[in-house]
Amino acid sequence: METVIIILSGILVTIATYLLLSKNLIKVILGTAVLTHAVHLLIMAMGGFYGSSVPIIGENSEEYADALPQALILTSIVISFAVTAFFLVLAYQVYKRTKTTDLKQLRGFRHE
Amino acid sequence: MNNIIVFPMVLPLITGVLLIFFTPYIKLQRGFTLFSLIINAIISFIMLQTIQMEGILTLHFGGWLPPFGISFVADSFATLLVLTTNIVSIFCVMYAFFTIGKEREKLYFYPFVLFLIAGVNGSFLTGDLFNLFVTFEVMLLASYALITLGGTKAQLRESIKYITINVVSSSLFLIAIAYLYGVLGTLNLAHLSERIQEVGQTPILTVISLVFLIVFSLKSGLLLYQWLPGSYSKPPTAIAALFGALLTKVGIYALFRTFTLLFYHEQQITHTIIGIMAALTLIGGSIGALAYTNIRQIVSYNVVITVGFILVGLAVMHTSAIEGAVFYMMHDMIVKALLFLLAGSMIYLTKSERMDEMSGLIRNYPALGWMFFIVVLSLTGIPPLSGFLGKVLLGQGAIAAGSYVLLGLSFASGFIVLYSLLRIFMSCFWGETIISEEEEIPLRKGVLFPMSLLVCCTFLLGLGSEAVAVYIVDAAETLMNPSIYIDAVLYNH
Repeated sequence: METVIIILSGILVTIATYLLLSKNLIKVILGTAVLTHAVHLLIMAMGGFYGSSVPIIGENSEEYADALPQALILTSIVISFAVTAFFLVLAYQVYKRTKTTDLKQLRGFRHE
Repeated sequence: MNNIIVFPMVLPLITGVLLIFFTPYIKLQRGFTLFSLIINAIISFIMLQTIQMEGILTLHFGGWLPPFGISFVADSFATLLVLTTNIVSIFCVMYAFFTIGKEREKLYFYPFVLFLIAGVNGSFLTGDLFNLFVTFEVMLLASYALITLGGTKAQLRESIKYITINVVSSSLFLIAIAYLYGVLGTLNLAHLSERIQEVGQTPILTVISLVFLIVFSLKSGLLLYQWLPGSYSKPPTAIAALFGALLTKVGIYALFRTFTLLFYHEQQITHTIIGIMAALTLIGGSIGALAYTNIRQIVSYNVVITVGFILVGLAVMHTSAIEGAVFYMMHDMIVKALLFLLAGSMIYLTKSERMDEMSGLIRNYPALGWMFFIVVLSLTGIPPLSGFLGKVLLGQGAIAAGSYVLLGLSFASGFIVLYSLLRIFMSCFWGETIISEEEEIPLRKGVLFPMSLLVCCTFLLGLGSEAVAVYIVDAAETLMNPSIYIDAVLYNH
C-alpha cells in the first residue's frame, strides 16, 4: 500500500513541477497546492499503513496506527489552505493592478 | 521545566491578536507594540541569565515529556538571537512610527510585525522539527502580508516571486521531515540527535540532511539567494529592515541547529558542501554588491555576503569559528537593520534610489552621513565596533581548522563590503551639494532617534564584547557538544 501511495505522490510532484514552471500565475498557484498535497501523501506513506486499525492502543486490537503523521498532515493542510488563499487573493490583486497574470510580463524592468 | 521561555513567542502573538480589534486607534497600537517588545527583550535577558546559572531551559507543553510532546528549548545560542531580535525590532518599529504612513498602520501593520516576531522567536526556541516548520510558516505568512502591505505595483510583483519560492521550499521542508520521520520515527530534535548517534549517520540520513540543506539555504539565502535582492528592496524601509535583519538569520539558525545537533557525523560530505556553497555565496554576493547603482540593491546584496560569511563558521566547524559566527550574527542583525534604515532614509530624502542621482548629502544631513560612516566601519570590522570580534574569532577558527580558502574568501569579501558601501558614501555624501536649503526635506528627530540608538548598540556590543563573551562561549559549547542539549531535553526534567 505504501508503494502505491509513494508512486501516486511522485506523479503528483511531476504534475506540480510542470505547473510551477508554467508562465501563468494561476497555474503556478495550483502547482504549489498540488505539491503540498503530494507531500501530505508522502508523510502518510512514511508513517506506514496499518489497514483498518485505529490510532488507539486498544484492549482488543494488537496493532494500532501511528497517530503522528495524521496530526502532521492535518496541521500542514491548514497551513497550506491559508497560504493558498492568501496567494490567490494576491494573484487577483496583481491582475487588478497590472491587467496580466503572465509571469513573463511581471518580471520587472531595470529602471523604473 | 520553566514557563518563562514561552513568553517570547506568546506575548507578541496575544498582543497582535488584541491589536486587530483596535485598528483605528493608532497611538494605542504603537504603544502596545512597543510595550510588548520591550517586555519581551527584558524577558529574554532574564532567560539568558537563568541559562547561565541553571543550564539549558526546557518547557514541555501540557506536561507531555519528550519525545512525546512538543518542547521549547532555550539554550544560550537561541536566547541570544531572541534577545537581539527583540531589540532590533523595537528600533525598526520606532522607525516605522514616523515613516510607514497612516494607511499602512491602519492596514494591520503592527499586528503583522508582532506575528512575524512571534514566528521568529518561536523558530529560535522550538525543540521539535515539525514545530519548527509551523513557526516558520507563522513567520512567513506574516512576512507575505508585510511584503505586500500597501500594494504598490513593484511590491506585488516581487512578492509573487518571494511567496512562490517560499511555498516550494516549505514543501521541500515537509518532504525532508517526512523522510526523517520515516527513517528515525521521531521529530524531537534531541531525540533525533540521540538516534542518529546510535545508528550512525547512514547514507540515507546524509541524503536527507542535504534536502534540509537545500530547504534552509533557500530560506537563508545561502547560494540560492536569487529571490532575495528583489524582494528585500521593494517593501517600505522599516519592513525591509526587519526582513534584512531577521528573516535570513532564522534560516541560518536552522542550518546551525541541524548541522551541529543532528547531522554532524559525516562532516567531510555535508560541511564540505556547506563550505562550497558559502564560498560561492560570498563571490556571488560580492559581484552583486559591485554591479548595481541602486542603493537598495547594493544593501540587499550585502545581506547575501553576510550569509556566506556566517556559514563559513559552520563549514569550518571549529569552536572559535562557531563563537565568531554567533557573535557575528548578533552584530549583523543590529548593523543590517541600521544599514537598511539609513539607506531607506537616504531614498526618502532624495526621492531617488540611484546613487548617481545623490550628491553632497553630508552638508544637508551631517548626522545621517556620520552614522552611515560608522555602519561602514562596523560592517568592515574596525575594532571598537561590533564587527571586529566576530571576524577575529571566525578567522582564528578557520586558521585552526586549516581551511585557508574559506578564510581568504571571507576576508576578501570584507573588502568588497567596504568598497561597495564606501562607493555609496563617497558618491552620495561627498561631492557638491545639489539639494538647496529651500528644497531640503527635513530629517525628523523621530527618524534619527532609532537609528542613533542602533549606532549605540553596535558600539555597546563592540565595547562590551567581554561581557557578551560569556554567553557566546556557552552557546558555542552547546553547539559543539550535542550531548549537553540532549541531556537537558531528554534527561533533566
